[in-house]
Amino acid sequence: MDGTLVEAEEIALRNSALQVLHNWVTTVDHKKIGLMYIGSSLLFLVIAGIEALVMRIQLAIPNNTFVSPQAFNRLFTMHGTTMVFFVGMSILFGFGNYLIPLMIGARDMAFPRLNAFSFWCTFFGGVLLYFSYVGGNGLSGAGSAPDVGWWAYAPLTARPFSPGHSTDYWTLAVLLSGVSSIGSAVNIVTTVVSMRCPGMTLGRMPLLVWLYTVMSMMAFVTVSPLTAAQIMLMLDRYVGSHFFDTQAGGSAVLWMHFFWIFGHPEVYILIMPAFAFANEIIPVFSRKAIFGYPAMVAASVGIGFVSLSVWAHHMFTVGMSAGANTFFVLATLTVAIPTGIKIFNWLATLWGGKIHFTTPMLFAIGFLFQFLLAGLTGVMVGAAPFDWQLSGSYFVVAHFHYVLVGAILFMLFAAFYYWYPKMTGRMANEALGKWHFWLFLIGFHVTFDFMHIPGILGMPRRIYTYEAERGWMVWNLIVSSGALIQAVATLIFVWNLIWSYFKGPLAGPDPWDAWTLEWSTSSPPPEYNFAITPVVESRRPLWDLKHPEDSDSYYE
Amino acid sequence: MNEAALFTGDSNEAWELPSRGIVGMLCLIVAEATIFLIFVVAYVYYLGKSLAGSTPHDVLSIPIFTTICLLSSSITVHLAVSAVHHGRSMLASIWLVATVLLGTIFISGTAMEWYHLIYRDGLTIQTNLFGTTFYSLVGLHATHVIFGLLMLSFAFLFSLRGHLTTEQSNRMEVLALYWHFVDAVWVVVFLVVYVLGR
Ligand code: HEM
Ligand SMILES: [Cu+2]
Repeated sequence: MDGTLVEAEEIALRNSALQVLHNWVTTVDHKKIGLMYIGSSLLFLVIAGIEALVMRIQLAIPNNTFVSPQAFNRLFTMHGTTMVFFVGMSILFGFGNYLIPLMIGARDMAFPRLNAFSFWCTFFGGVLLYFSYVGGNGLSGAGSAPDVGWWAYAPLTARPFSPGHSTDYWTLAVLLSGVSSIGSAVNIVTTVVSMRCPGMTLGRMPLLVWLYTVMSMMAFVTVSPLTAAQIMLMLDRYVGSHFFDTQAGGSAVLWMHFFWIFGHPEVYILIMPAFAFANEIIPVFSRKAIFGYPAMVAASVGIGFVSLSVWAHHMFTVGMSAGANTFFVLATLTVAIPTGIKIFNWLATLWGGKIHFTTPMLFAIGFLFQFLLAGLTGVMVGAAPFDWQLSGSYFVVAHFHYVLVGAILFMLFAAFYYWYPKMTGRMANEALGKWHFWLFLIGFHVTFDFMHIPGILGMPRRIYTYEAERGWMVWNLIVSSGALIQAVATLIFVWNLIWSYFKGPLAGPDPWDAWTLEWSTSSPPPEYNFAITPVVESRRPLWDLKHPEDSDSYYE
Repeated sequence: MNEAALFTGDSNEAWELPSRGIVGMLCLIVAEATIFLIFVVAYVYYLGKSLAGSTPHDVLSIPIFTTICLLSSSITVHLAVSAVHHGRSMLASIWLVATVLLGTIFISGTAMEWYHLIYRDGLTIQTNLFGTTFYSLVGLHATHVIFGLLMLSFAFLFSLRGHLTTEQSNRMEVLALYWHFVDAVWVVVFLVVYVLGR
């Protein structure tokens, strides 16, 4: 009697688990797809983070044999590829998917099924990339994981230099991610152009929505060239064409151009959403409207344009003409103007505000400071003569991680803490959040501040070990220990996400007293977002409701 | 918090936004245009750099007739759209079938050209840089033509069964937009490959 009851319960449970799984796999709801993007990128973040740790362990002491040279090549390739395509891009599209329809008062994205397709495309791309570890000679021989770097320079990728399937895995995975990104970008722009609720004019859209639009437009014109280049590379490898085959007169430099036409704007595509989060978070916790909204929009569009014309600053050491070098140096340095405007506007927003030092705000302030510093080393490597000295050294690695970790990852953490209550209905734990922030801040600076030094002392990147006499050991040891601190901080973060999901205090619709539309729904928002389509009359619709005496609509 | 105020604001001004289909297609066209651009750049960059084998001047002849066919199909598809718009289903079927025929003539022309290039002139994608860039650029365009022809044929079938009513005119417009784009790309390919590159 009892037994059958338990069994029936078990079956019911199993059925409902299947049901839940089925609901997630077949969903076309923008919020669920957004969460799936975020979940999958968190998974890849942990994997790529472990790869970074293994590399730092290998480099901590001279003449280390922790991993083989071949495995090291695979590690930095997989780490870079994963971070850029399957962490960065996925997480950004994740937040975009979740937030944009809510912020513009729409019920869903413009093309929900395309949206689901895009997610599964990129997810399978990532799975395929890691499946390479079991291909070829299996896991312990590390399979046929890609080992050509995330830039995959020709002719490293040609059949004779890269036999087997490692490069095929790489190019297929990147192609899938590219198709997915183009799909998502089309979806975002279409949603913003044709799904805004009444009253949501372009001048009243939250800045986040503006920046995602600019970012998506950049994705059309940069991810597509990458896709074209991947098709060429595949043709070379599968049907014996000669695009990048130097033996038949093909050009390796052409690949570099094609790659960096994508690769440089890509870092701006990744940082646009970081700016977008800052634009939402900094004003709310300063209790002031953002300073200079039109200037912020103009600066973002400006950055978008400038970033399209600077790609060859990655190629100063290739030996371009003096004219080309000069052009690309000048173009590169121009980007300081719109970014300067942004930083000033953020500072002006903070100025005189009632600043609340919540966890998201702490991360945002860390972002401001580190983004400024990264900009300074950026100006250094953007100047050709300086770059001739430092290109290919750890200085460059330190610079770009300052942007990728110090700015982008910091703002991503901020976004997690800020929108966690909306997404789960519960507050994230503030104490754990602060531990996470301070530990990560320390770990970040220990790692990446000191990483500049071995770079200046001449330590090349992509080497798997070095001799003791070079004098790089102390620095490397410090750098590696910083990486460990970051790993611990990340564990605290993951633990916080899990713990708060079950035990966090209930959040209510608007725990931060914010003013964009997503906070007018319950937390988490219902399936259809808004029971009645909202109508807005200013940039801060919720502020108007809460403060009728000081409504923004009076000022517009 | 008084949610009602947010949701019943009296905005009486008409709130019209562009249609999703058109905007989406325009975005896709921008993305596709840059893909073609990269292939065109590769073609131009490698002009005259082949180390062996045929050159464009030796083997290419200018496909004037098929080009005229393809370009006039832009007109017929336009006429089809306006027929749908005015609810004239019969007329729409006629223009659609004309478009499909013109497109088919074009693609047959390409097929014949490739046949001759491969079997008479021995030019394949592996022969040299010219073969590589020529087949990939023209092939990319041909793929787009074939995809468009498939969609147009479906539209034609729908129209025969009377499903192509005025409600569908938006969708027809999206399809026509794609087809105009394919034609426009051909103008570029034609100029670069057959006129300037030869
Ligand atoms: C937070 C801790 C991180 C550590 C300790 C770390 C460490 C490393 C190391 C040791 C390398 C190899 C450098 C070389 O040999 O050239 C590397 C490369 C790279 N990392 Fe990271 N990384 C971290 C996070 C990130 C993040 C968040 C991103 C991007 C969003 C990223 C993107 C890259 C890229 C693109 C490369 C270049 C790979 C290549 O040369 O092919 N990293 N990182
Ligand atoms: Cu760059």
